[in-house]
Amino acid sequence: MRLLEHESKRILEKYRIALPVGRLVGQGEPLTIDGPVMLKAQIPIGGRGKAGGILAATQAEEARQKVSHLLKSNIRGYIPKAVYMEEKKAVKQEFFMGITYDTVAKAPVAIFSAEGGVDIEELAQRKPALVRKEHFTVHSRLPLHRAREIVAEAGVSGKLLLGLSVALATIAEVFLDYDATVVEVNPLALMDDGRLVALDCHLEIDDDAVPRHADIAAMEKDTGRVEGERRMSDFERLAFNIDNLDHRGVAGRVIEFDGNLGLIIGGGGASLTAFDAIRAHGGRPANYCEVGGNPSVLKVKELTRLILSKPGVDKIAVIMNVVSNTRVDMMARGIVKGILESGKNPAQTVAVFRVPGAWEEEGHKILSKYGVPIQDRTVSIDEAARIAVTNTH
Amino acid sequence: MAILADEHTQVIVQGITGREATSFTKDMLDYGTKVVAGITPGKGGQRVHGVPVYDTVRQALRDHPAEAAVISVPPALVKDAVIEALDNGITLAVVVSERVPRKDTIEFLEVAKSRNARVIGPNTLGLISPGKVRLGMAGGPAADVRKAYMPGPVGIASRSGGMTTEIANLLTTRGIGQSTCIGIGGDPVVGSNFLDLIPLFDRDPETKVVVLFSEPGGVIEEKLSELVMAEKLSIPIIGFIAGRFVDNMPGVRFGHAATIVEGDRGTTKSKIEMFRKAGIHVAESFSEIVDIAKRYL
Repeated sequence: MRLLEHESKRILEKYRIALPVGRLVGQGEPLTIDGPVMLKAQIPIGGRGKAGGILAATQAEEARQKVSHLLKSNIRGYIPKAVYMEEKKAVKQEFFMGITYDTVAKAPVAIFSAEGGVDIEELAQRKPALVRKEHFTVHSRLPLHRAREIVAEAGVSGKLLLGLSVALATIAEVFLDYDATVVEVNPLALMDDGRLVALDCHLEIDDDAVPRHADIAAMEKDTGRVEGERRMSDFERLAFNIDNLDHRGVAGRVIEFDGNLGLIIGGGGASLTAFDAIRAHGGRPANYCEVGGNPSVLKVKELTRLILSKPGVDKIAVIMNVVSNTRVDMMARGIVKGILESGKNPAQTVAVFRVPGAWEEEGHKILSKYGVPIQDRTVSIDEAARIAVTNTH
Repeated sequence: MAILADEHTQVIVQGITGREATSFTKDMLDYGTKVVAGITPGKGGQRVHGVPVYDTVRQALRDHPAEAAVISVPPALVKDAVIEALDNGITLAVVVSERVPRKDTIEFLEVAKSRNARVIGPNTLGLISPGKVRLGMAGGPAADVRKAYMPGPVGIASRSGGMTTEIANLLTTRGIGQSTCIGIGGDPVVGSNFLDLIPLFDRDPETKVVVLFSEPGGVIEEKLSELVMAEKLSIPIIGFIAGRFVDNMPGVRFGHAATIVEGDRGTTKSKIEMFRKAGIHVAESFSEIVDIAKRYL
């Protein structure tokens, strides 16, 4: 879960990292400012500066108009729900610091560069020597002396070395304490008055750890925090509701496409495989989905009905990997029921049924009663996709 | 030969009285796995399918020496369970539990490293050395495992548990057996990834070729390609990369937690290009895995 800048900064504040004076402003709010300000759209994605999500203003009326403009803008796919207004002061030098996990080394890694304010990955490619990266352990954390070593290796000395090392060690504490997967302060700025201030901050919390942080869990529950451009289509919303009908298994992650072949596919890896295969054989999927974990007959039935209710969709392909947990007979029952309730004939509607595994004999009995041909485990996912496409044309 | 575990491996199951663990313990026993003890704190003295249950790993191992543990406990308890196993000398931990916080995973992997122990998972269905042993719940009941898996010369390592069985099934139905098949786990950080496992297959005289199942996201395939290019591995590798359509849908989450593409990082396109450059065979269709494998058998 990616926190918004202002949410991240409230956390940095708790750890006594200095921040510019700022506050959230909403639509039409009267503004008084005493000096130049930065107006920053609060959206959960990087690159907002280049995309017009950060504006400067020097007058109150100008600021009000720009806030109003930002709140109406679509920035990198998001419509900001709030703007963060901060004092704009003169900066002497900018630094980059961040902590993340190196998934290959399986260790947290501290990253520091004396050239901040830029795209760090691009800088690392262009001038790798300027970006210091050092692993540490969750067990030993990032002690101050390690932070100091990293900053010193980047060529920083004197009083600045001390301040930056404390900041780096502190964000490592934030990272570990909050179960973050990313903490990035870019830039951390040396101001004209000599203070080190976090001008921006990007914090991502591990979704699996959110339950153990009450404050983050509360943010996650707030559905009004962010608004994406890619909103669920009506079809996707209905599918989402179907998956929530009960807690048995999953019939979810439904994404609408504009083709004519309905898909009931699963589990995760097999869905990706089947979708690619349908397209490779020239088929046009009407949807993507991931079915698994032994969903109830009700869910499968409702999903089948929903897909068949899409205009132009009268064929459905059912493809899953060899199942052990999900029961083939439950899948078959749900599919047949859904087709019958849609007023269609199962034998003419099922473009392919290829779900081998647990309870397959029972499943095959149900399907043969309705004249639906069955592809067994000797038919690969790829061949099943080809059969489905052939039967759809 | 098989890698990681074989018919002699003695196994304990942590969290054995849980619903899922009870069920896969039976499946493991039916497949011939030597499950010697189970652990659920507070339930010592019970039996699960004839397997004695202990309160602690230490007590269990005192009566029943074992080298491997299958761990299926709630996410918040996983870290402690893995470290308990490692502290008591377990050298192979298969972590079935899902939704384990990443920091916890890293922390028990740090302990595993210091003990020279190996971890598979978290979020894995486990591994199977056909005809010998099965750790975890891959493949379901023993009768179903026998239909999908058979002994032979192909190794499998997969980022998807379901596709581990699917690939084995594809090969088995074409008369090709497998040495060891591993679901590496769906999390971004797992104890043993392709980089850790391919060298084991490389050293195994029985394994002639390895099949990998990949999804979008992460950089492990790119790193593996670098390892192959450095001529550190000689075993033929077949990569199947699912989810090519995801490249056009950045930021949308598919499949596993690791499957999220941001920018150019982790796209299937970049993985395929790197594989090709390194001489790793890329199966264009799922069925093509068989055609390529046959060249090495």
